[in-house]
Amino acid sequence: MSDAAIQSSAVHPVRADPGFFVREASNGGEVSLDLVVQAMHCAGCLRRVERNVGELPGIHSVRANLSTKRVVVRWDPTLLRASQIIDKIASIGFEAVPFDPKLIAMVDESEGRSLLRALGVAGFAAANVMLLSVAVWSGLVTDMEPETRALFYWMSALIALPAIAYAARPFYRSAYAALRKGQMNMDVPIALAVTLATGMSIVQTIVNARHVYFDASITLLFFLLIGRYLDVQARNRACSAAQNLLGLRAMAATLVEADGSHRSVPIESLEAGMMVAVAAGQRMPADGVIASGLSDVDTSLITGESLSDAVKVGTKVFAGTLNISAPLTLKVTARDENSLLSEIVRLMEAAEQGRSAYVRIADRAARIYAPSVHILALSTVVLWLIAGEGVVTAITNAIAVLIVTCPCALGLAVPVVQVVATGRLLRRGVLVKAADGLERLAEVDMVVFDKTGTLTLGRPQLADTASLEPADLAVGAALARASRHPLARALAEHVGTMPLPVLTDLHEEPGQGMEGRLGAEVIRLGNRFWVGAVEEAAHSGSELWLKRGGASPVCLRFTDVLRPDAVEVVKALKARGLAVELLSGDREPAVRAAAEELGLSVWHAAARPDAKIERMGILAEEGWKVLMVGDGLNDAPALRAAHVSMSPASAADVSQIAADFVFQGAKLSPLIEALDIARKSRRIVFENFALAIAYNLVAVPLAMAGFVTPLIAAVAMSSSSITVTLNSLRLNRVKEKAGRS
Amino acid sequence: MSILIYLMPAALFLSLLGLAGFLWSLKSGQYDDMEGAAERILLEDED
Repeated sequence: MSDAAIQSSAVHPVRADPGFFVREASNGGEVSLDLVVQAMHCAGCLRRVERNVGELPGIHSVRANLSTKRVVVRWDPTLLRASQIIDKIASIGFEAVPFDPKLIAMVDESEGRSLLRALGVAGFAAANVMLLSVAVWSGLVTDMEPETRALFYWMSALIALPAIAYAARPFYRSAYAALRKGQMNMDVPIALAVTLATGMSIVQTIVNARHVYFDASITLLFFLLIGRYLDVQARNRACSAAQNLLGLRAMAATLVEADGSHRSVPIESLEAGMMVAVAAGQRMPADGVIASGLSDVDTSLITGESLSDAVKVGTKVFAGTLNISAPLTLKVTARDENSLLSEIVRLMEAAEQGRSAYVRIADRAARIYAPSVHILALSTVVLWLIAGEGVVTAITNAIAVLIVTCPCALGLAVPVVQVVATGRLLRRGVLVKAADGLERLAEVDMVVFDKTGTLTLGRPQLADTASLEPADLAVGAALARASRHPLARALAEHVGTMPLPVLTDLHEEPGQGMEGRLGAEVIRLGNRFWVGAVEEAAHSGSELWLKRGGASPVCLRFTDVLRPDAVEVVKALKARGLAVELLSGDREPAVRAAAEELGLSVWHAAARPDAKIERMGILAEEGWKVLMVGDGLNDAPALRAAHVSMSPASAADVSQIAADFVFQGAKLSPLIEALDIARKSRRIVFENFALAIAYNLVAVPLAMAGFVTPLIAAVAMSSSSITVTLNSLRLNRVKEKAGRS
Repeated sequence: MSILIYLMPAALFLSLLGLAGFLWSLKSGQYDDMEGAAERILLEDED
């Protein structure tokens, strides 16, 4: 996780006082707090966290959850404060971040649980009914008395009817909702088949006929509920991982009270007119005007601009921009209609409306599948009536058609693939946020990248090192080491562990630079005014100037470096037949340099958010299915407007929420991985459909001809479901790409 | 075949027991952290 180190060294988030997130438990005298402990990976970590927190006075219970990386602590608030718990966890080397209860409410665990309950009931009933059915099937070929058979059927009905009534509710609800909107989904034929099969079986039991289908309807529900549960489970998992990311990034603001004391509060509680202290290396918690201090502000996350701006008293700054060099006091202003964020939100809403509704593959299949099944069943009735058979025979055979075509295999075809694919991507650090994200990603034929923070790391690095004197470099680095300014850090990082001269009288002038002495020589490192340098031609990156004594100043240039594998990723994308474009809000020279390095011929510089959205519109009209990859707030509307979108975990909150995928790490290669898995998933889904159709090609004529007994239906249904599941699991065996970190 | 009178209720009773057990374990949150459960069995008992 080298990238995590990079980000944490660049930005120091202020955490709100954990007291804000403590919840009153229902029984008095106890409070609870949810913490995210992202570094908890093994049984050992889990035990250490639980044991150490448990040792604190007043703790009632500690429960760590390894799947969600969260810890729930309950304790007596009179004996312990929330911050003590966090300090205790920090003392054993884990960072614990209080989790906002409002975020927790976003994942609905209850749906998964109720599906699991229904699954348990269906499984119980299926096993028991099968037990009786197997006895009947073997009895039919030997010599079972009709009375005994009737007893078995009545027992089956006794078990199956309540179980079906309970376990089929999710399907009835969804089918009803679809029908009311005048639509068709996969649950409509399922609900119909279950209802008809059960209804006919009751009649058959009463008249003591040879065949009943209780076993078919209940096993059908059992298989379908498995698919449904996997679907919900995968979604919840991705959702809770995404929440952890947001929770980890939740910032607090350091409020300056009227008496000058400081207090940390959640950002949401800030109001216009409040004064907020922003230390160097922190992000602005809100829009505001600088009330005191002199510093530089990095706006790359907001505008894509890679150069920092100087700010002084009275300058307006936007929430999310990074204060680089010196502490500032900010006077919070109200969100006005003309602020950048309001504009972004407006554009995002517009993009949302413009985005064409995507119909998921399963629903598209249902649109073809449901009517054709119903037509087949209807024609079975008609054909048997024409053949001169009775109404009972005709209807019985039609219901047999509905039962054998019932989409067990189709119900599993998509969810199993989805679960395997999202699980694999999650392990590789890619969160699949949108349920239909993988399907849309598989269709992509063009990739549009933002530059700053997406293709680049959003962090400067010393350039043209060859033209610099090693002695200058050493002296500059010795000064730079004492500063937290990002350019100074980059310089210090560049020289690494090289022995440096010892300087005396070091001090830093906020917003200007550093000064120190090497013997009698005064050394200055800072902006060009600080060293008294003359204006020079603009170049594509940031710069620092170094002046030693009376010598003329030396310019140190910095560029925002590309991610380590950006060039290979662009090549790999092109090799997969995708068009690649660069769409950046940064200035032209910087964008051109990046495009040349990456070998991209199409690039757009200085694109404002509305220009980015416009570009998305043009590409969509030309028929491209665009994957937009971006991180800045200025990318958020384009992320929404694109066919599918991705953002790095270091992106602005709004962009992460807008994106369909979030990837972690300093490398871009997860993008290729996600693309390959999405395409492979799509292929396997289609294979599954083909398997299901092949099975129906055999089963439907048999059913229409009246040859399908409950035994044949059971065998056919189980075998097709198992085939589809096994085929989906093949996705796990796709070769992992070489060069993984 | 009169043995069926005893066997069928017995089979049903046993599986209902299983179902009740499952619903209880679900309700008490034992399926909330499958990964943690898999790791916890590796821990030494302390008490």
